[in-house]
Amino acid sequence: MELEDLTIKKAHQGLIEKEFSVTDLTKTFLERIKKLDKDFRSFLTVTEELALSQSKEIDSLISAGHEIPILAGIPCAIKDNILVESVRCTAGSRILENYLASYDATCIKRLKKEGAIILGKTNMDEFAMGSSGENSGFFPTKNPHDLERVPGGSSSGSAAAVAANLAIFALGSDTCGSIRQPASFCGVVGFKPTYGAVSRYGLIAMASSLDQIGPITKTVEDAELVFKAISGKDLLDSTSAESRIQNSEATLRGVASDSRIQNLKIGLPKEYFAKGIDPAVEKIVKSAIKKYEDLGAKIEEVGLPYSTSISLATYYIIMPSEASANLARYDGIKYGHFTKEGKDLFDFYLKSRKEGFGQEVKRRIMLGTYALSAGYYDAYYLRAQKVRTLIKEDFDKVFKKVDVLMTPVSPTPAFKLGEKMTDPLSMYLSDIYMGAVNLAGLPAISIPCGKIGKLPVNFQIIGNKFEENKIFEVGLFFENL
Amino acid sequence: MISKEEVKHIAKLARLGLTPKEIEKMQKDLSLVLDYFNLLKDIDVSRVEPTSHSISRLGSFLREDKAIKRSPKEVQKLIEAAPEKEGRYIRVKEIL
Repeated sequence: MELEDLTIKKAHQGLIEKEFSVTDLTKTFLERIKKLDKDFRSFLTVTEELALSQSKEIDSLISAGHEIPILAGIPCAIKDNILVESVRCTAGSRILENYLASYDATCIKRLKKEGAIILGKTNMDEFAMGSSGENSGFFPTKNPHDLERVPGGSSSGSAAAVAANLAIFALGSDTCGSIRQPASFCGVVGFKPTYGAVSRYGLIAMASSLDQIGPITKTVEDAELVFKAISGKDLLDSTSAESRIQNSEATLRGVASDSRIQNLKIGLPKEYFAKGIDPAVEKIVKSAIKKYEDLGAKIEEVGLPYSTSISLATYYIIMPSEASANLARYDGIKYGHFTKEGKDLFDFYLKSRKEGFGQEVKRRIMLGTYALSAGYYDAYYLRAQKVRTLIKEDFDKVFKKVDVLMTPVSPTPAFKLGEKMTDPLSMYLSDIYMGAVNLAGLPAISIPCGKIGKLPVNFQIIGNKFEENKIFEVGLFFENL
Repeated sequence: MISKEEVKHIAKLARLGLTPKEIEKMQKDLSLVLDYFNLLKDIDVSRVEPTSHSISRLGSFLREDKAIKRSPKEVQKLIEAAPEKEGRYIRVKEIL
């Protein structure tokens, strides 16, 4: 097996058995990025110096005979809306083109403490607003399986980098599928934890009640390893919380033992298989679920009436409202791009923001400002928050009956570059199976289960809040088949 | 369709400069998305409390109102990020 094909687990094995050094491993990836990323364009910044100096440190620990954590020496890529101290952080926006992060995000602090090697920062839709990677303020990322197609978004570069073996794992962020959907388009594993399970401190905010950081990996097993390293309560994010995974070691995991899988109840929400889904996608997803049934799991059709189009509509009120407030901070005064032409302070704001933000960001700021403005607040924002309650209650009810839910990730495989750029609504609809999970704060994983031609298709496992351990266990059944 | 005047008003509230062409496009795009929100119109929410946060209630997030001391190096980096400054002050255009 080539070094670039290794999972975290296997690379760790190789490192402790001294088959190769961390520096060898890191150099393999840095060279691949140099050689191959001109086609995929998944990186915005490559942190070669940082990666090599980190590698040297771990190498000396290994040669001194120290035990190393599982992520030590493992090269990874970080979505460019997560701060790494003294490294440029753009969030895919021209308004932050020259911004240097003042500190490490909490998840980065934790990764560095574990010894993970940071290869660079990955491309993304501007401020994570998009489903294709095409809204990057710099250039679009291409799908490694087909260069004429999008890698999905907004964690476009992170998913493409893992799929193209330019990193062993990556971090992304998910506000409405931004980890899970690109993972599906690129055929890798993407995990969105329970809201609050990973600290958002140092994540450039889009919609604060929905944003969540999570891993993009080659396997479910790797996703769990990264999640364990970055999750947990953080004093710097008051919404963060401890997940139950931290004490789940004792459970029988990943082995499709008769009793565990026969006691498993899987819910199939019928709304996720209604019209609008590509029949080829539906077939692949259903055959993945059939495998659980064949092993003895109980499959039950359930109803989640508010979970697809109603959730998407709710999302497109709540998200822009929160984003319009969060993005008010880009005023040209504290950091980031500023205009050279402002007549007075008001004009300075108008021009700095006009010059710095791209089209989709402007659209969402406008939408959010509209939904929050006097006269519309009750009709839009307040109503959406009430529907959000109904969406949550829907899931609460269903999780009294079943352990997990299984659904498609996206109604179609990766679409062509440019295909949905002129019609914002058709772009939004590619996330129709994603939003409910964020609105209800639930954990969900996106796992490869087949291909249409060369295009990968993933299915989604949704769990109850803080039941990451259950999701990983159920995912591992599939992976170990 | 929402009016040009309305788009201009919202842009002003959002402190967002828009070109005449962008204003026109915004009229069309916003109307399209606002129409999609009609899906929520017929849902009975008369007895439903709003949810602003999915996991727990807002009160439980609050910590004691006490400043957390950060390293001077970090503070210096935050100030350095500002484009216009004088010593430890950030300069803005006059407001009075």
